[in-house]
Amino acid sequence: MVLIMSKPKLKITNLYKIFGDKGTSFVSSVRDGMTKQELLDKHNHVLGLNNINLSIPEQKVQVIMGLSGSGKSTLIRHINRLIEPTSGELFVDGENVLAMSQEQLREFRRKVTSMVFQKFALLPHKTVSQNVAYGLTIQGVKESIAKDQSHRWIDRVGLGGFEDRFPVQLSGGMQQRVGLARALATDAPILLMDEAFSALDPLIRTDMQNILLELQDELHKTIIFITHDLDEALRIGDNIAILRDGKVIQEGDPQNIIMNPADSYITDFIKDINRSRVIELRSVMDTKNKGTGDGLSHKMSLEEALPILNSSKTKSFSVVNEKNENLGSVNLDSAIKALARADNEEVAERYK
Amino acid sequence: MSFWTDIPSLSRADLRDLKKGIDASFREFSKNYGEGIEAFFDPLYFFLVKLEKLLIAAPWPIILILVGGLAYLGSRSWKLALGSMLAFVVIGYFGMWKDMMATISLISVATIMCIAVGIPIGILMSRYNRVQSAITPILDLMQTIPIFVYLLPVVMLLGIGRVPGLIAVCVYAVPPVIRLTNLGIRLVDKETLEAADAFGSNYRQKLFSVQLPLALPNIFAGVNQTIMMALAMVVIASMIGVKGLGMPVLQSIQNQYLTLGLMNGLAIVALAIIFDRVSQKYGQRLQAHRYGADHE
Repeated sequence: MVLIMSKPKLKITNLYKIFGDKGTSFVSSVRDGMTKQELLDKHNHVLGLNNINLSIPEQKVQVIMGLSGSGKSTLIRHINRLIEPTSGELFVDGENVLAMSQEQLREFRRKVTSMVFQKFALLPHKTVSQNVAYGLTIQGVKESIAKDQSHRWIDRVGLGGFEDRFPVQLSGGMQQRVGLARALATDAPILLMDEAFSALDPLIRTDMQNILLELQDELHKTIIFITHDLDEALRIGDNIAILRDGKVIQEGDPQNIIMNPADSYITDFIKDINRSRVIELRSVMDTKNKGTGDGLSHKMSLEEALPILNSSKTKSFSVVNEKNENLGSVNLDSAIKALARADNEEVAERYK
Repeated sequence: MSFWTDIPSLSRADLRDLKKGIDASFREFSKNYGEGIEAFFDPLYFFLVKLEKLLIAAPWPIILILVGGLAYLGSRSWKLALGSMLAFVVIGYFGMWKDMMATISLISVATIMCIAVGIPIGILMSRYNRVQSAITPILDLMQTIPIFVYLLPVVMLLGIGRVPGLIAVCVYAVPPVIRLTNLGIRLVDKETLEAADAFGSNYRQKLFSVQLPLALPNIFAGVNQTIMMALAMVVIASMIGVKGLGMPVLQSIQNQYLTLGLMNGLAIVALAIIFDRVSQKYGQRLQAHRYGADHE
């Protein structure tokens, strides 16, 4: 499989964040292997991020995943410098974000990044329309233009008719639509989403994911999406980075993470997902043995493919990409094998 | 004389000299700079006198309409507006109209001054922790020090009359608006501020479009307190020559005029209730967005 990487929009190198008064003085000891617990016990400093290296491609959805306390919200706040790093580098479009003056940084936040928050963080004293226009107002855009823009985005997220309501009059899902519209209204190419849908109930969350994916199809923003929910990560992520104790422990194509988990922590993490729905044919196909005949799409999930495979005589199909080029073949056996959980040996042991 | 029974103290002569020295230097200071300081406050005096004269000279029906109108604008309650007008009529009927106008002008000017001074100080306190820790003890002092203790130096500097009275009132009444401005801004939700930052607001934009509007209910509670405390000072201010409803109360204490004291005292209470209810209702309306009611 050939993965054409678009050029990185955002590059993070050797990023460390140590919370506490004398954070800088502990960077070298952390680099030399001091653990989070040790740092906390001995020096009363909290290790937020530990040597983060990430290359985030342009116009893709990069998911950063981890449990609470893993540093994911800290990481996303470094991108627009709501939190200053202790050490490391951060480049956006080749520009050093950490070298920006306060004035440049404000300009960067106005034009290049925008953010959606877990708890919405809307301005309670402003109407929906004023909230959505907030970023534009800050930039000094003329009121009438800002209003037009905001109404356009309110319509786009399906809130037409609610322009003059106050946030408190809306449900959680609607409030987050306002948050999303506010972030989109500034036309910033980078969208930072900090657990944006985590506070919503499951149905509304799926709804919001659909809205986001629909918009992304058209807008092609570089989205950095924080979540603790693996299903959500798999659903919207083009790329996933998994964080633990402030460190990236695995990063890459979601399919690859599921098929080849880096360690037991990730194995544990992914054991409860619905593999048949998540795994795509491209992950299970045999690339050496190109099949013949009609092909199945390489993005087809096992859930869809299994009945087709089972009902065919040969129990085998070729796999093709969008351009109908033959990539390899898949058969029923390999498809079923892929359904086995990653900690499958343990389970097998139990039934011996 | 044992160490254990008597606390070590300055000798009587030393103490007397110390007090005398400080008194003398303050007297010297007020002799040299008193006029300058008085001149500095002249515009205030001018404004105060003008307002008082205007209120007294204005035909009473116009004042009544004004009172009713303002009360209605503030509270959006007909009951409160009519009640205020009725109270004014009764106070006037019992011959206290002029005194009441004098008191209202004092309270209005004092409140405006307290807001003009207090809100900026409160904003500074909320922005810099150092300013907060420097000013908080001063506010404590202003609220607890016996009023007569600072009345004296004020009188020494500025003599007796309206302006020293006004300053005495303000010293006593300004702390709540400062404290609650500071508190209100500090209580603004951190996430909302973070959002403002994330969209690239500068300090001014954040202050005026997020912090102050969201702190407004608290700031207004401070203003309400300030008005109440200013009214509470009316009688004491009359001791240094401020005209108004306080003066007859003071006379009644000196001459045992029971009814005079009671009538003027009740007039002050009536004013206090009107100011309090109207400003509280207005403060509640500022919070309308929190409960999802229609805005304005």
